[in-house]
Amino acid sequence: MAISEAEVRHVARLARLALSDEEIAVMQAQLSAILDYIAMLQEVDVSNVPPTAQVTGLTTVWRPDVVGEMLTQEQALANAPDQQDGMFRVRAVFDE
Amino acid sequence: MTEYIATIGLEIHAHVRTLSKMFDGCSTDYAGAPPNTRVSVVSLGLPGALPVLNARAVELAALCGLALGCRINERSIFARKSYPYPDLPKGFQITQYDEPLCSDGAIEIRTAAGEVRRIGIERLHIEEDTGRLIHSPDGSSLIDYNRSGMPLMEIVTRPDIRTPEEARLTFEKIRQILVWIGANSGNLEEGALRCDANVSVRRADSDRFGAKVEIKNINSFRFVERALAYEIERQIRILEAGGVVEQETRGWREDLGRTEGQRSKEYAHDYRYFPEPDIPPLVLSPDWIAARKAELPELPDARRMRLMETYGLSWQDADLLTQERPIADYYEAAVAAVQRPDGAKEVANWVLNEGFRLLKDRGEPPTALIERMPVQRLAALIDLVQRGTITRAVAKQLFEEVFNTGADPEILVAERGLTQISDDDALLAAVRAALADEKAAKAIAEYRKGKTTAIQFLVGMVMRATKGQANAQRVRELLEAELQ
Repeated sequence: MAISEAEVRHVARLARLALSDEEIAVMQAQLSAILDYIAMLQEVDVSNVPPTAQVTGLTTVWRPDVVGEMLTQEQALANAPDQQDGMFRVRAVFDE
Repeated sequence: MTEYIATIGLEIHAHVRTLSKMFDGCSTDYAGAPPNTRVSVVSLGLPGALPVLNARAVELAALCGLALGCRINERSIFARKSYPYPDLPKGFQITQYDEPLCSDGAIEIRTAAGEVRRIGIERLHIEEDTGRLIHSPDGSSLIDYNRSGMPLMEIVTRPDIRTPEEARLTFEKIRQILVWIGANSGNLEEGALRCDANVSVRRADSDRFGAKVEIKNINSFRFVERALAYEIERQIRILEAGGVVEQETRGWREDLGRTEGQRSKEYAHDYRYFPEPDIPPLVLSPDWIAARKAELPELPDARRMRLMETYGLSWQDADLLTQERPIADYYEAAVAAVQRPDGAKEVANWVLNEGFRLLKDRGEPPTALIERMPVQRLAALIDLVQRGTITRAVAKQLFEEVFNTGADPEILVAERGLTQISDDDALLAAVRAALADEKAAKAIAEYRKGKTTAIQFLVGMVMRATKGQANAQRVRELLEAELQ
């Protein structure tokens, strides 16, 4: 297996996914298969190729410091599943 | 007892004073605004929204870098830093990682003991601030994204700091520089400037560094000192007991006077940085960098040195006068307006002794002096003293009155007849009246017995009787003559 059970649990937790033990086992097998497949790329010699994060060739795209249009509070909250006092309402953040 | 050495580094987050946010055109004027009214699709992290860098934020951050002695890198890139809390709605923060805007600077601080220490600046990079989370008693959290995307610079020092005092001085120095060049408001209460600290402790006889503990949320100069002093003690206690300090993030709880463990280790460093695909590399031309260098004003350290050399001020006086740029400008303008050889020292004394004292009593900041005691008023007052028109005692009263009411000291002197009394007939009458007073009897007897300092009491009596208008030097001479 290219990935351990503990690693799967860790990644699931980072992704905020609650997985059962059976699902963890399935994911471990599937993720390992994917990683094994992707590992084929290791065979390519990229020692002379810089990492590619940009493909446009553009540099220094910036804008002048000018205030533009903003959303209203109503627009901002239009798709919020829950709201209160003009704010987005979510489950408590620091109770882990 | 074993000696321990602390190693401290600071991370300072500072808002950049722009009109619009880092990556969109939302106003940065969010203080007091209704929640979620300074937002756009970018600051709300809506799918498909494209961030575009604020050119002015780059300029100001680069200026700060130069002022901190850093080099501006001709190429820097942006990165995504994973962030699993909802106050940044994208799930990541746009920041800079391995190629920051500025690198390798240093500042100088001076401890209370007079030791000058050089503190390295590892880097300055630009990023975005998070929104604001409000924790509700019902177990939910409310989010206001007005602050989300505010332009931030993060300044990271090298671990050159050895004591809580040096940490506070470093934080103060960096604030002074950022405010000086107009890049930050310096307002710690409003969160425009925030400080985290890394601290580890090792035995003096060992080269092995201890585990690094990060302390978050130490957002006042006093807290920096207290939190670090507490944390260093805590780590020493653990080592003394034969324990091991755990690498972790702790928060300073001012209300409890201690640090507390925060995030679990498992998450602390899982930032999974990767290059930001939506923002092309920032490439700054040598001309652009030269233009920033040309914009850089004379900085506080250089200004302090110049005030010492040009005006003969002490280090302490020059330091106080260069804490803020408007005060330094005010001081030099006043010296120029006084136009007398010893004007520089006079102006410094009035500003530091009278001006700052009155401001402190009223809880006002030093810059308030500029309006309360305009340069021309201060110069006129000093001129009245130096011409001998009024006594120093009267000048002190007038200073406070001008400070409070904005009145013209020359008009006050004319209206109230406050002119110094140097006329011998008038002075002699006052001197004789004082000597005849029964309250003078004891001092007279002491003086005659050879205690010459007793005359000071008698001078004081005459000064009070003349409301401070008597020429004190002449009064003393007349008293001496009368008591022969």
